[in-house]
Amino acid sequence: MSVSAATAAAQEALPTVKTDLVPLLLLPVLALVAVPLIGSFSTWVTLTFAGLAMGMIIFIIASGLTLVFGLMDVLNFGHGVFITLGAFLATTVLGTMVNWTESERLLLNLLAVLPAILVAMVVVGAVGLVFERVIIRPVYGQPLKQIMITMGGMIIGEELIKVVWGPQAIPLLLPAAFRGSLLFGEAAVEKYRLIAVAIGLVVFAAMFWVLSRTKIGLLIRAGVQDREMVESLGYRIRRLFVGVFVVGSALAGLGGVLWGLYNQSVTPQMGGQVTVLLFIVIIIGGMGSVGGCFIGSLLVGLVANYAGFLAPKVALFSNILLMVIVLMWRPEGLYPVGKR
Amino acid sequence: MFSHLLSGDFPRSRVLLVVLLLILAGLTFAPFAFPGAKALNVAAKICIFIVLVASFDLLLGYTGIVSFAHTMFFGIGAYGIAMAITRLGPTWKAIAVGTAAALIASLALSLLIGLFSLRVKALFYAMITLAVATAFQTLASQLSDFTGGEDGLSFRVPEVLTPGFSLSGHPFLGVNLDGKLISYYLLVAVTIVLFLAMLRIVNSPFGRVLQAIRENEFRAEALGYRTVLYRTWSNVLSALFATLAGALLALWLRYNGPDTSLSFEIMIDILLMVVIGGMGTLYGAVAGATLFIITQNYLQDLMKVASSGLAGVPLLRDLVHPDRWLLWLGILFVLSIYRFPTGIVGKLRARAQRAP
Repeated sequence: MSVSAATAAAQEALPTVKTDLVPLLLLPVLALVAVPLIGSFSTWVTLTFAGLAMGMIIFIIASGLTLVFGLMDVLNFGHGVFITLGAFLATTVLGTMVNWTESERLLLNLLAVLPAILVAMVVVGAVGLVFERVIIRPVYGQPLKQIMITMGGMIIGEELIKVVWGPQAIPLLLPAAFRGSLLFGEAAVEKYRLIAVAIGLVVFAAMFWVLSRTKIGLLIRAGVQDREMVESLGYRIRRLFVGVFVVGSALAGLGGVLWGLYNQSVTPQMGGQVTVLLFIVIIIGGMGSVGGCFIGSLLVGLVANYAGFLAPKVALFSNILLMVIVLMWRPEGLYPVGKR
Repeated sequence: MFSHLLSGDFPRSRVLLVVLLLILAGLTFAPFAFPGAKALNVAAKICIFIVLVASFDLLLGYTGIVSFAHTMFFGIGAYGIAMAITRLGPTWKAIAVGTAAALIASLALSLLIGLFSLRVKALFYAMITLAVATAFQTLASQLSDFTGGEDGLSFRVPEVLTPGFSLSGHPFLGVNLDGKLISYYLLVAVTIVLFLAMLRIVNSPFGRVLQAIRENEFRAEALGYRTVLYRTWSNVLSALFATLAGALLALWLRYNGPDTSLSFEIMIDILLMVVIGGMGTLYGAVAGATLFIITQNYLQDLMKVASSGLAGVPLLRDLVHPDRWLLWLGILFVLSIYRFPTGIVGKLRARAQRAP
């Protein structure tokens, strides 16, 4: 048997993984069901974009959390503090460039926002590195301590943020060119929401590419599936994990900037308040799955906005309801990760 | 007799014994030793939190379950009293009805949460309880017809417990024998009874099984114990004691709202108290709650002094700002998880064991 025939046979023997598309269908189905309920098409467009924007920001924040959990069974209850830190850093950076943010020219606005995002990501990533080293590493494989110690990390982080920026809320205004909305027929869509959706898509695409097309991504996915197997093949999962943790923190910082701009103000408590939402998203997605996390975030965003319009009282519980429904359908989440 | 009262679980450290006796004496004679409304309020809060923290320790320290829904049961107890008295008037019957209703609600809810989610891993359980507790808090602040919404409910208590009621016209040792004093001593008495009851539970064969589950769930299961059942019971018991603590809080404050009994800050406080005091020993709850609440109320005064002394040093001044007391307790919390995971009590006991 020739070599090429052998590889061909090997390839044939490899079972192809069937892509599970059903959860993907949830999004359009949900959006379509909402049309008759809402009644007006233009309102529907507005709400859908609001939901997508919110979902994208949540995804950016939650993706790191879910990967870190998948890779090392580490669930960081202090993830929220990275969000807050990112947002506060943005207020400082943008505060020094009022001339540029208040200018009507898009280019100057972008020149102001990009450094803000960059600073937030770099600093939060560095803080993530320290956080991993000081807070998380000593309590590996001890879930009880891990929950408590990351909680403690969040308390300390939040208090330190109060030390630096003060305990009160700080307004974080959108740059001039990002304000207002675009009109599509009768539907008004806020410009900033379009930008948030675009950034979210870019992050998702980049992450998808890294995870599915590069060697590092392959190792990460393999590590999520079965850590010990990858280690026994000679790869240092630990180092990989630190990398993922840092990138995850940096993304949380980016998400914090976007979330702060979305709400137009930042408070020291903002990260803690989102934490529950993040947990719901990664539970819905199947702990450790990036694709599931993406769909989960968008579902949460859409449901929150539709419910907020249709039944404001229910909207406060819509996330939990969504989680219960999804878990009743798929108890392990939308895309269960193999080992659990 | 003492052995009977304490269920054979002695402090086992001379220093700890002294500390506990000091706390007991302090709480018993608080109205006479420390005059003023603030001191009495602090003492009352310590009593309430001893019960609450001990009930959380039952779950975290003895069974090894992290739950973030503990304030939910605390809140149910407080709201039970508040809602019953607003509806039925300030009578003892209303208090009984409110407490009973709250206990039943907590029983049902904790059973439900326990049976549904105690089978899963610790992390998952922590996340689920966090979500449920948040939802419950939202619910309480939204149903304003029943709960008074964000404003909460102010209500009156039976006349014997009001400051207006006087046992005798003459002050005793310089303290007016009014209703406030009666309610304080009622509170202390109930606290002691509840604490001893919990001590009984953790030192019973049932309590031993809980500790076995904490140490090695698989082995406990292999020995023939239905661990899910035991974990659920532990969850229920701890919820019931938390409910009673909540009822005490509402009676003492004559007010209840979402921030006083349901907020996540309280949950964090309890967690800190249990860990700093010492997990897996109820005396830790006493030490932790006392230390934390005294710090919360008096460290700020100390920090005010330090802060004004350091007025010229920019960053340091902000670090010791009176509002940043939680920062220092947070650091103490993290350090205690690393350095002495058994808390103050565990440390003292270990020292007593080393020096015979």
